[in-house]
Amino acid sequence: MKRTVFAYPYVVWMLIFILAPMLMIAYYAFTSDGAFTLANLAGALTNEMYMQVLLRSVWIALKATVVCLLLGYPIAYLLSKMKRSTASLLSVLFIVPMWMNFLLRTYAWQVLLSPSGILNNLLKAVGLPAQQFLYTESAVMLGTVYNFLPFMILPIYTVLSKMDQSQIEAAHDLGANGPTTFFKVVLPLSMPGVISGITMVFIPAITTFAISRLLGGGKFMLYGDLIENQFITLGMDAWGSGSALSFILLVLVLISMAVMRRAEREAGEEGGGKLW
Amino acid sequence: MSKHLIDLIDIRKSYGTEDALKRINLYIRDGEFLTLLGPSGCGKTTLLRLIAGFTMPTEGRVLIDGKDVSAIPPYKRRVNTVFQKYALFPHLNVYDNVAFGLKIQKLPKDEIDRRVNEMLELVNLKGYGKRWIEQLSGGQQQRVAIARALVNRPQVLLLDEPLGALDLKLRKGMQIELKRMQQHLGITFVFVTHDQEEALTMSDTVVVMNEGVIQQIGTPTDIYNEPKNVFVAKFIGESNILPGTMKRDLLVNFHGMDFTCVDKGFAPNEPVDVVIRPEDIDLVAPDAGMLRGVVKSVLFMGVHYEFRVECGDVMLTVHSTDYVEPGCEVGVVILPDAIHIMHKSDAPDAAEPLPQEDLPEDAPELLPEE
Amino acid sequence: MVKKLRTFFKGTYLGLMLVFLYAPILVLMIFSFNSSKTMGNWTGFSFRWYEALFKDATIMNALWVTLSVAVISAVVSTFIGTFAAIGLNSMKKRPRAVIENISQLPVVNPDLVTGISFMMLFASLGIRDGYTRMLIAHITFNIPYVILSVMPKLRQSSNMLYEAAMDLGCTPWQALTRVVIPDIMPGIVSGFIMAFTLSLDDFVVSWFATDGIQNLSIYIYSSARRGISPKINALSTLMFVAVVTLLLFINLKSIREEREADIQNKKLRAKSR
Repeated sequence: MKRTVFAYPYVVWMLIFILAPMLMIAYYAFTSDGAFTLANLAGALTNEMYMQVLLRSVWIALKATVVCLLLGYPIAYLLSKMKRSTASLLSVLFIVPMWMNFLLRTYAWQVLLSPSGILNNLLKAVGLPAQQFLYTESAVMLGTVYNFLPFMILPIYTVLSKMDQSQIEAAHDLGANGPTTFFKVVLPLSMPGVISGITMVFIPAITTFAISRLLGGGKFMLYGDLIENQFITLGMDAWGSGSALSFILLVLVLISMAVMRRAEREAGEEGGGKLW
Repeated sequence: MSKHLIDLIDIRKSYGTEDALKRINLYIRDGEFLTLLGPSGCGKTTLLRLIAGFTMPTEGRVLIDGKDVSAIPPYKRRVNTVFQKYALFPHLNVYDNVAFGLKIQKLPKDEIDRRVNEMLELVNLKGYGKRWIEQLSGGQQQRVAIARALVNRPQVLLLDEPLGALDLKLRKGMQIELKRMQQHLGITFVFVTHDQEEALTMSDTVVVMNEGVIQQIGTPTDIYNEPKNVFVAKFIGESNILPGTMKRDLLVNFHGMDFTCVDKGFAPNEPVDVVIRPEDIDLVAPDAGMLRGVVKSVLFMGVHYEFRVECGDVMLTVHSTDYVEPGCEVGVVILPDAIHIMHKSDAPDAAEPLPQEDLPEDAPELLPEE
Repeated sequence: MVKKLRTFFKGTYLGLMLVFLYAPILVLMIFSFNSSKTMGNWTGFSFRWYEALFKDATIMNALWVTLSVAVISAVVSTFIGTFAAIGLNSMKKRPRAVIENISQLPVVNPDLVTGISFMMLFASLGIRDGYTRMLIAHITFNIPYVILSVMPKLRQSSNMLYEAAMDLGCTPWQALTRVVIPDIMPGIVSGFIMAFTLSLDDFVVSWFATDGIQNLSIYIYSSARRGISPKINALSTLMFVAVVTLLLFINLKSIREEREADIQNKKLRAKSR
């Protein structure tokens, strides 16, 4: 008996529940009443509102990724410099929030930011005028950063903590001071972690929905919301256009993954951080 | 008469388009210590796996005790293996690792207990039963692996470079212990190694392999003193190999000179390869030698010095316990029995698999025959 | 002096970040004990939302759906995934690469697209039962994660163990159950835990895949626009505390075990000298 047999149940499962559904999206995106058409795709790409939403999604995701990187890298770096036991405990602390349902976490921000919420109460207490925090683009960004920050910290921390200390010592030995060592040695070597962090934040960020609904009040629709709208509100009639939108999103994701992968390979070669 | 325990007949094994083994014919006698020796990728491990039953031959048959086992799975063969990296079960302690095979056979508890303890004692691990594998040193893990295999009383024990991971001192010790165990238990050992010294010290029979072909089968002394071709000569020990011509029986010409030798049976004026072991060459005063040379470099090797001696256009490697300054002119003496003549390796029949000659029974293998 | 200042800044930064991450959660938890319904206004301490929580049939039902789907899908996907990993591990390169790539789809795909594709598939296949739909969807997106966490262990454990077991008389099935699976157990367990938590936390896929039933995520999403009842705060407080306790327990245990192993090793080394 060959061990390959053990994979067969999964292969069957996979064909029915992974491959077939994906093919259905492709099918509906490119057909209308059973005939091949590019109309769905063309419709999705020429609709001005759709394109606006797409651009906004990409823009917010980009900004959120940059913010996550700027906030997350120092955290990962500081953690990696600590004693192993302290670091592992602290890194758990940074993951724990993810164990609360993301809708609840997002909802909590709604409470914090609302006009009569805690933040505004604090402002009032120190005598400042109340601000409109909720239902702004910044609120949507905040929610995105909040939800995905741990995804940036973890891969960078992993790479940094596995880094060979002797390489840093070698840099010091060769006369590099602290900042030089960081920018010439540590940063390039941690690039694989940075890139996978970027991937892990950027991709969920462009495809997210619900965050914008809860914190943007529906005013700042993202591409995910658009797709949800097609399927949930419009039902089966919109399967064609909805599939076309999903297809565009998927292509976008695949392109960004390809870009990241190439960057990772280059970073790997340059920094020698990863051995293939 | 010790009978053939294992016969490998016309074995070919290919992976895709590549032949790992090409037409192997070999028998292994009951109770002998046989070593498969060769560089990595020579097919020695593949051969071992064929005997164990982990792979099936593409062509040919494997006989154990005269029965064709080519299609019999490993768990039905009375063959056990000591794996290269031991492959001990990390989730079991030492006792349970050794008892594993007996438990699978569903032997009664007290018999298992008796045999496991007996075996742990044999490998000097008495009282280690409760230890976990990761708490053991490399040498101790090695012993557990041996005990785990031997406790099943196999007909044949296969050992796949079992000493490779040990340091030099431990390795030497284990070589002696393995040999002792093999003689004590009378079980056939098939041992795979790339270390020629290991092969020569432990084995009754050495099988030298290269590129999926058996190069030579013989006792350690045969293999060392009478290499069949350049590959064997180079792989076993160090040697100077010079092109020459066989003038007639007992006379060979190389380096532009005639030398008396002890080899015969070559065609007149047949081009040959001449093998001279570095320790068989003597350095004497410049005028007292057969050749003149200049010492180019000296390395201290512990037991002896290694000299590089330039004689005209050849560079000879010489081992000697007497020191000579580099730059000195010396005489070189090569006595007849220091010269070993081989057929040219590029001769068509050199790459052909050799038939296994019947080895003398009960030969004192570890001693030179002269 | 400079060094002290530096440590101070480092500590402050990490502290601020933790505040950022925990503030919303703490707010939720604190207001679960509030006596009034509106969040943001503290009117007094009370357990009334905790009492109300257990009397709310809708929430209890959603909780039941969430937990049962998480348990069943984790168990099923751990089984299928573990055997799949074992099978894949001994496959030839080409078919293995094809299968691995397809099975990466749910990991790589945006949840949104996965969810939609399930919705379309179930509608076309005529699978109407909402619970079955959710279960299938969860099993499907769990399996790749189980494979991902079992595979490295399997690779580490080396083919040799399987062969060694057969060498010692095990049939292939015995070799699997007595050697290979015990050896990769840590990977299987972490795969199970990962599957369980992914299922527990999922909203997006469930939202699209299922029809007519609610798990907690769906319940929260559909009530968030009206403002969530403090009962949900109470529930999430309970779940969060349970999860964190479990997590800390596992972590502390592994730290303690490591330390013990360390001590034992040192003793052994001292003895062998």
